[in-house]
Amino acid sequence: MAKVTIITQRCKGCELCVESCPHGVIVMSKSLNDKGVHFAQPAMLEDCTGCALCAMMCPEVIIEVEK
Amino acid sequence: MTKVFTRPYSLKDVETHYCGGCGHGIVHRLIADAVDELGIRERVVGIAPVGCAVLAYDYFNFDVCEAAHGRAPAVATGMKRARPDLIIFAYQGDGDLAAIGMAEIIHAANRGENISVFFVNNAVYGMTGGQMAPTTMIGQKTETTPRGRLMEQEGSPIRVSELLAQFDGVKFVERCTITKPKNVNRTKAAITHALRMQIEGKGFGFVEILSPCPTYWGLQPRVAMKMIEERMIEVFPLGQLKDIEEKK
Ligand SMILES: Cc1ncc(C[n+]2csc(CCOP(=O)(O)OP(=O)(O)O)c2C)c(N)n1
Ligand code: SF4
Ligand code: SF4
Ligand code: SF4
Repeated sequence: MAKVTIITQRCKGCELCVESCPHGVIVMSKSLNDKGVHFAQPAMLEDCTGCALCAMMCPEVIIEVEK
Repeated sequence: MTKVFTRPYSLKDVETHYCGGCGHGIVHRLIADAVDELGIRERVVGIAPVGCAVLAYDYFNFDVCEAAHGRAPAVATGMKRARPDLIIFAYQGDGDLAAIGMAEIIHAANRGENISVFFVNNAVYGMTGGQMAPTTMIGQKTETTPRGRLMEQEGSPIRVSELLAQFDGVKFVERCTITKPKNVNRTKAAITHALRMQIEGKGFGFVEILSPCPTYWGLQPRVAMKMIEERMIEVFPLGQLKDIEEKK
């Protein structure tokens, strides 16, 4: 199993990571971060392959991937 | 567990001022990755544009100088000639490079300066509020072309890569985009190639990157990426226009 960590307080809610994940691992939160945006969060981590496609698309570079 | 993706050392661990989904952040990361991988952090100097990326010096973890609007290639020329041991790149938007700075880029390219230029083409002036740029597409609505750019009135979008590729002094030109991971990696390869050519003294390298401005295109970030794939690539075809290292 791989692990994805997102610095959610710095997330701008662009959803580019959600769009690029082939396994639907990342979802947008219902709550807001301090910036007032719905942030990206890893949900179905058991489906994560550690491909890092999400991290490659994040303009804020706040996604870290371990495998 | 080992880290398979982490922030490059050459990119400071700070939040940017860019809008959500803006392409500048991705391009910054690619340049920082390339600098790390080439091991040139101690001798690279970036030159920031006037435009949304004006604060790039706050984000890159190496020396960055700010140039007057459009003059980055002239500043780069002076730096490289005075200090050929440094690796110099200009980072410019389409308003900066193709409007006010058109003379500087053409002459630096034609002189074949041994520098690298990373050209972020988002088809509008982002920083000043979404006005038409020389690269705005026919029919594209902007603040200054509310009914869409008209060929008869504003001319057609300038294809800067094609324009520069004709000069003998230019050694490498590629147009890329960052709409999906595959294209992001392709862009990183082009950036790395341009920097490597400079390191080896092979001359002027130019990478144009089609990049979204979701805010002034009035589109959700993911829709903005689709707009590049569906409309922008047609006007600005992707691919390598020139590489003196080809087929060796
Ligand atoms: C001499 C001068 N003229 C005009 C401006 C106003 N101005 C600031 S940024 C800009 C254009 C920025 O557009 P672009 O280069 O496409 O960068 P983006 O913000 O889209 O990344 C203009 C016209 C200025 N700052 N200085
Ligand atoms: S590493 Fe791959 S599988 Fe895991 S969340 Fe990111 S894109 Fe999805
Ligand atoms: S790509 Fe980055 S900034 Fe955008 S939603 Fe995902 S984590 Fe947030
Ligand atoms: S205005 Fe456009 S180019 Fe500027 S930061 Fe926002 S999205 Fe990026």
